[in-house]
Amino acid sequence: MASSDSLATTSGGTTSGGVAGRDWGQALPSQQADPIAATARHAPSQPPPNLYERRKAVHNKRIDGWFRRFKWLIMLVTLTIYYVTPWIRWDRGPYAPDQAVLIDLANRRFYMFDIEIWPHEFYFVAGLLIMAALGLFLVTSAVGRAWCGYSCPQTVWTDLFQHIDRLIDGDRNARMRLDKAPWGPSKIARRSAKWTIYLVISLLTGGAWILYFADAPTLLEDFFTLEASPVAYATVGILTFTTFWLGGFMREQVCIYMCPWPRIQAAMLDEKSLIVTYKEWRGEPRGSVKKAKKAPEKYGDCIDCLQCVAVCPTGIDIREGQQIGCITCGLCIDACDKVMADIGRPRGLIDYATLEQCEAEAAGEPASPPWKALLRPRTLIYLAIWSSIGGAMLFALGTRAHTELTVSPDRNPPFMLMKDGSVRNSYTLRLRNMEARPRDMEIALTGLPSGALMWTDQIGRRRAASQQVVTVPANETRIVRAYVLVPAQSDVDEFGFLLTSLDEQREQDLAETIFTGPGEQG
Amino acid sequence: MAPSDSNAPGKQSDRIDEPTGTEFVGHEWDGIEELNTPLPRWWLWTFYACIAWAAVYVVLYPAWPMVERATQGLLGWSSRGELVEEMGAADLARRATFERIAATDITKLPASPDLMGQAIAGGAAAFKQHCVQCHGAGAAGYAEFGYPNLNDDDWIWGGELEDIEYTLIHGIRWEGSDDTRLTYMPAFEGLLEDDQVDAVVAHVLSLSGEASGSAAGARIYEENCSVCHGTDGGGAQIMGAPALNDAIWLYGNTPQLVRRQILQPRHGVMPGWSDKLDPVTIKMLAAYVHSRGGGEYAGDMMDGVAPEFDGAGENDNGSEPELDQQDQVASASGDGDDGEL
Repeated sequence: MASSDSLATTSGGTTSGGVAGRDWGQALPSQQADPIAATARHAPSQPPPNLYERRKAVHNKRIDGWFRRFKWLIMLVTLTIYYVTPWIRWDRGPYAPDQAVLIDLANRRFYMFDIEIWPHEFYFVAGLLIMAALGLFLVTSAVGRAWCGYSCPQTVWTDLFQHIDRLIDGDRNARMRLDKAPWGPSKIARRSAKWTIYLVISLLTGGAWILYFADAPTLLEDFFTLEASPVAYATVGILTFTTFWLGGFMREQVCIYMCPWPRIQAAMLDEKSLIVTYKEWRGEPRGSVKKAKKAPEKYGDCIDCLQCVAVCPTGIDIREGQQIGCITCGLCIDACDKVMADIGRPRGLIDYATLEQCEAEAAGEPASPPWKALLRPRTLIYLAIWSSIGGAMLFALGTRAHTELTVSPDRNPPFMLMKDGSVRNSYTLRLRNMEARPRDMEIALTGLPSGALMWTDQIGRRRAASQQVVTVPANETRIVRAYVLVPAQSDVDEFGFLLTSLDEQREQDLAETIFTGPGEQG
Repeated sequence: MAPSDSNAPGKQSDRIDEPTGTEFVGHEWDGIEELNTPLPRWWLWTFYACIAWAAVYVVLYPAWPMVERATQGLLGWSSRGELVEEMGAADLARRATFERIAATDITKLPASPDLMGQAIAGGAAAFKQHCVQCHGAGAAGYAEFGYPNLNDDDWIWGGELEDIEYTLIHGIRWEGSDDTRLTYMPAFEGLLEDDQVDAVVAHVLSLSGEASGSAAGARIYEENCSVCHGTDGGGAQIMGAPALNDAIWLYGNTPQLVRRQILQPRHGVMPGWSDKLDPVTIKMLAAYVHSRGGGEYAGDMMDGVAPEFDGAGENDNGSEPELDQQDQVASASGDGDDGEL
């Protein structure tokens, strides 16, 4: 109440035409009731920091060590798998392609060594995707962002391109110099050589991709004789461009700004996750070897040599702590270990460790080996789920039948009255033969009165019988139009078609369906 | 085009906003001012690229509407032209099959099952376009209008492949062909007394066991009807006289409807297709209709379906062994893939 009194006083005293009826309150004395002046109080006293940061090119230094060699190995393995897989041949007999891994979109078949997936079994692919997702959870839970650090295609190709940089332009310092150097014949020559190699690698990358979708040798020949389909060239074009651009130029920016995966993984990390971390209780405060010699008690182990920053493929400083730019490739561990060895201090100032282990270590407990972090409930649960899905899929694959029958009755017309009063129904049968050889199959009627007959659009009515044998081509679904005739006055509602493969497997499938007669008509 | 300085007299638009380093547009509302922030580069270049694209496009493709039609463009592209091209390509792809069907006599068609399969598939497509209007999508006809059902085994004019083909070419009671299937049943209006008609209706229905006839009815039937329909009511395909002793009735099997048909017969008319469809399409249509489950084979005649015909058929024209092979070869030929049939 007191304030409203004073407000009334204030406004009573200062009200003038413009602001009549509007209560500006005490906070805004009348002399400031000018709009421009009113906004001025929000003006920052200082300009805010510029939020845009220009990319600084990452020129990572050459390093050798355990993790670098491991990275080489993974690169070799993954690239070999990628480029060699389409060329592996796999004998499936004369009726199926002989390419070990083939995604045959045109014929809707997916071949993977001895496994063949049909479109109706797409749940296997869904299962694989679920396994891939759970596998990433599992790997993250066990070894942190190992996927990012070693086997992500973006990482592998970026690594490859960084080696090309080193090969053409020299190591870190030479590359930084060249970046700053004005454009001249030498720089143009180096740049065009480098980009040409980028382009060749990109072309090979895009080119290998399409080989998974058709017979590799044939497609390769067609590709160079310009007889491949336009979609092949478009795919190669797009993938060449993305490889060239993402691997050659965007590089770590993909990981830091574009990829959702680091965010998801960051959310999945906890204090028990293996990460690459700088043990600041041991390293800080930083000081050069000289300073440390003078006063050993004042300085930690880090000599601030910046080698960990120089070798980092994403250009971060791991000593600032865990961050989204860290793909946990471990190259900084190699660099730091090397420096520590040189100056005679124990290795592992930067190391794979969990936050929990770090805390224990900082508290003075003995360091526990990193593999201990692997055995924890979360990891084991992921492993159990992942492997049970895999096991279930393998079981389903092993026990699935290679013979299948589906039936759809004709609905227009629902039944057909024949001359002698007997009733005929028509059915579309789909006989699925998932073996890579033609098979004779017997279709038999079950649950119909004697005298019921069956024939098909290709087997004439004169050869009508209670069962028929048709041959289903290898690896195909044969559609058969079947006619089923039931004598007059028979009371039939339901019956079944029993399909039996006439080979040593004698696989069977029963498809139940309905029989419509005149009595049931509207 | 907003006039600059209109809301902020005395303020110059080249004033610079300190925190961002961007100049003001000069508009101001209650202290909120608009900055002249430039468009993002990528946006601008995309925009320019679109303009360049459009400039090329309007030259190459139909673009500007004129009085009669749009400009045609240098490439001469049109959606109709593209359709013609695609249809031409499809025709070309089918040509080999068409030529083989053209060169094959229709009676020999079942002997090459892959060709028969193709013919059935082609006939199914043509049927949807030309025949469903009367015979219905399921080829079951319309009893209401007397359009016959093509699925059953009752054929007025014959159900063998060549009979069906003949009907398709020449039509039924069609003035477009001299060889059309042409017979008329006489109207008995005024020729028979009322009770005579009742008696003959009862007799006709009794042929298929749907009523009990009388001696009088049988006599009248014998005198007036048996010439065409046969003593036992079996009909005669040669003159298009339907069988009366079966379960299938084109114009209905109630006494009223049979009576009406005797007094004032209705006659179905079907156009011949020789002037609209090519011989191959007609052949394929015949194959399709024949495959609908009631097709007759030489030697089948009109009789039952007993498997013992197996043996009897063999002597007729040697088509039986071919039929034996038929499904074997059809199966191996690999034309059973999804969607093809």
